Amino acid sequence: MDRRNFLKTTAAVCAATLPFKNIKAEETEMKTEFSGVLVDTTRCIGCRSCEVACSKEHDLYVPDIKNDSALESLRTTSEKQWTVVNRFETEKGEVFVKRQCLHCWQPACTAACLTNAMYKTKEGPVTWDGDKCMGCRYCMVSCPFDIPKFEYNEWNPKIQKCNMCFERLQQGKKPACVEACPTDALMFGSKRQLMEVARHRVYNYPDKYVHKIYGEHDVGGTGWLYLSAIPFEQIGFSTDLGTTPYPEYTKEFLFSVPLVLFSIPAFLLGLNLLTNRKNELSEKQGWKNE
Amino acid sequence: MNNTTAITSDFKRFIRFFLQELKPKGKWLTPFNIISIPVILLGTIILFIRFTQGLGSVTNLSQEFPWGFWIGFDVVIGVAFAGGAYIITFVVYVMKVEKYHSIVRVTVLNGLLAYIFYAGALVLDLGRPWHIINPIIGNSFGYNSVLFLVAWHFLLYMLAEFVEFSPVIAQWAQLEKVRKFVSALTLGAVIFGITLSMLHQSGLGALFLMAKPKIHPLWYSEFIPILFFVSSIFAGLSMIIFEGTISHKVFRNLIGEKSQHSFEEIILGMAKGAAISMFVYYFFKALIFIHEQQWELINDFWGYWYLVEVIGFVLIPCFMFAYAVKTRNTTIIRLAAIITLIGIILNRLNISVIAFKWDAVNKYYPSWEEIIVTLMVVFTEIWVFRWIVTRMPVFSKQH
Ligand code: SF4
Ligand code: SF4
Repeated sequence: MDRRNFLKTTAAVCAATLPFKNIKAEETEMKTEFSGVLVDTTRCIGCRSCEVACSKEHDLYVPDIKNDSALESLRTTSEKQWTVVNRFETEKGEVFVKRQCLHCWQPACTAACLTNAMYKTKEGPVTWDGDKCMGCRYCMVSCPFDIPKFEYNEWNPKIQKCNMCFERLQQGKKPACVEACPTDALMFGSKRQLMEVARHRVYNYPDKYVHKIYGEHDVGGTGWLYLSAIPFEQIGFSTDLGTTPYPEYTKEFLFSVPLVLFSIPAFLLGLNLLTNRKNELSEKQGWKNE
Repeated sequence: MNNTTAITSDFKRFIRFFLQELKPKGKWLTPFNIISIPVILLGTIILFIRFTQGLGSVTNLSQEFPWGFWIGFDVVIGVAFAGGAYIITFVVYVMKVEKYHSIVRVTVLNGLLAYIFYAGALVLDLGRPWHIINPIIGNSFGYNSVLFLVAWHFLLYMLAEFVEFSPVIAQWAQLEKVRKFVSALTLGAVIFGITLSMLHQSGLGALFLMAKPKIHPLWYSEFIPILFFVSSIFAGLSMIIFEGTISHKVFRNLIGEKSQHSFEEIILGMAKGAAISMFVYYFFKALIFIHEQQWELINDFWGYWYLVEVIGFVLIPCFMFAYAVKTRNTTIIRLAAIITLIGIILNRLNISVIAFKWDAVNKYYPSWEEIIVTLMVVFTEIWVFRWIVTRMPVFSKQH
């Protein structure tokens, strides 16, 4: 048995005997499918209607989209804007890319959060709860896409990030950005539906798209998926994040915790008894010269 | 009824005694006071601004660098330095090595205070600290979070250390019954404390496991937790040597001639422990380096920086310890301890700040306010330490 297998078995044993949450099991029991959005960057015209719709929906800073100067430089999402559109000059001309939280299937941010303020809802969106968050910013350290943003200049700061319009989804509506998009660059649906559409497009227009759907497997699969005409590295995506879900990286450590918690005290106690006995023996035999 | 009146009168006596003990002893205008008082005052003002106007008003933290000096230095390094307590209690209470008994109390006190102040500094860094209660009272348990574990272990460990130290407090307050009771708890607290220490020392490293793409590959490894644990051993030992040396100078009148002398022996023993654990650590580092085939990474600034840390601040002090033990040279040991401590600072800062987003355009460096607050935390700790050792039987060895 190699190390990984050994850890897995012990982990399984622990998970069975301890009240620790078993993430995997929960997932398979789930009935609802995660929703997400497919972003077809070949259809995006950079009008930034989604930025406006998002900010209006969530009472954030509403950008002036008549003025294109914001596109001059690469922007990241911020504590004032949950989504931004960036422009890239590429061999195939201008390409626009909308960025926001990808709503990972197994998010690093929720695994990091010690209060469950970051929470993966069963509908798919990853949401943030201000009544729970203690502002440790561990979610920011962990998110591979640097999505959560923190209000550094507030006495009562919030973590700001896209929540896929969770409130709207619950009313049966689509996310605000999807509804605002005039060119159907954004499509809302379950991941299965979205993957079908995405594959269909790549299959039917093999010259138009690169043969990768970003988010299909990256970081274990994300809720938001991307199609592109040019390699993803050239439009600001990290393609070297791997396909392992990020929570996996800490799982071995977390599973070893209950083991240590039970075995080490027993070991120490044993050691203590042993040395006690040894000391007694040596005292009896008069070895102890003090 | 008799019992309750006895307890209340005991309690009243204790309060009176405590108030009396609060008064300062000794001279006021010492160099330490002259430096530390203004720093503490300034730090208080900075903290006031920080809590009214947000972290951004006094720190250089950014969206790219959510954790800076307060986490990287105060918490991560402070806790590593406090590792001495679990090692000494292990040696004395579990392995029953009598030689080190005379430094148990002061080391445990140091550990306890370090956790209260340095792990406590975490609270200064929290954006919404009033919600710190959530993961504690079970409002919302984030079981899957490493930070959840670390935070809980901090708390429990403080409790364990407090129990270990409480006989001294009881002795000082002349509460004989209480002393007997808490003394009986010592072994349990020690065993619990060692286990918790192993977990949260490594847990501090595990915090960075999910930051995989952000940490320079020379510092990232899936074995960070083990490296953190092993290095906490020699960090703790070096800290005892360092602190002990200073204490033996400053509090000479409190420490008897005899223990002055035995302290030399103790230092030698600890240097041996440090040398061995450092060698294990170095070996581990080398294994990881070879296994991950990181040769190509060594030939640029980050490679050299890595070598400085691993050779200059681990291997060299390791040899110094070994050599000094052989020749019984305590001066070299003290020097090696200082180099080792600097090495720990480098290593922890590298992982949390320096080699974190090593290629970022706007690198993070601490603001002067962050440094003042850190100094404030250190100075306040020393104040409390001094207050306690000049009143309670910390250095003496009566049981
Ligand atoms: S992209 Fe980042 S913030 Fe969004 S779900 Fe994934 S880990 Fe969390
Ligand atoms: S900052 Fe808030 S949401 Fe992020 S990990 Fe900490 S408690 Fe959770």
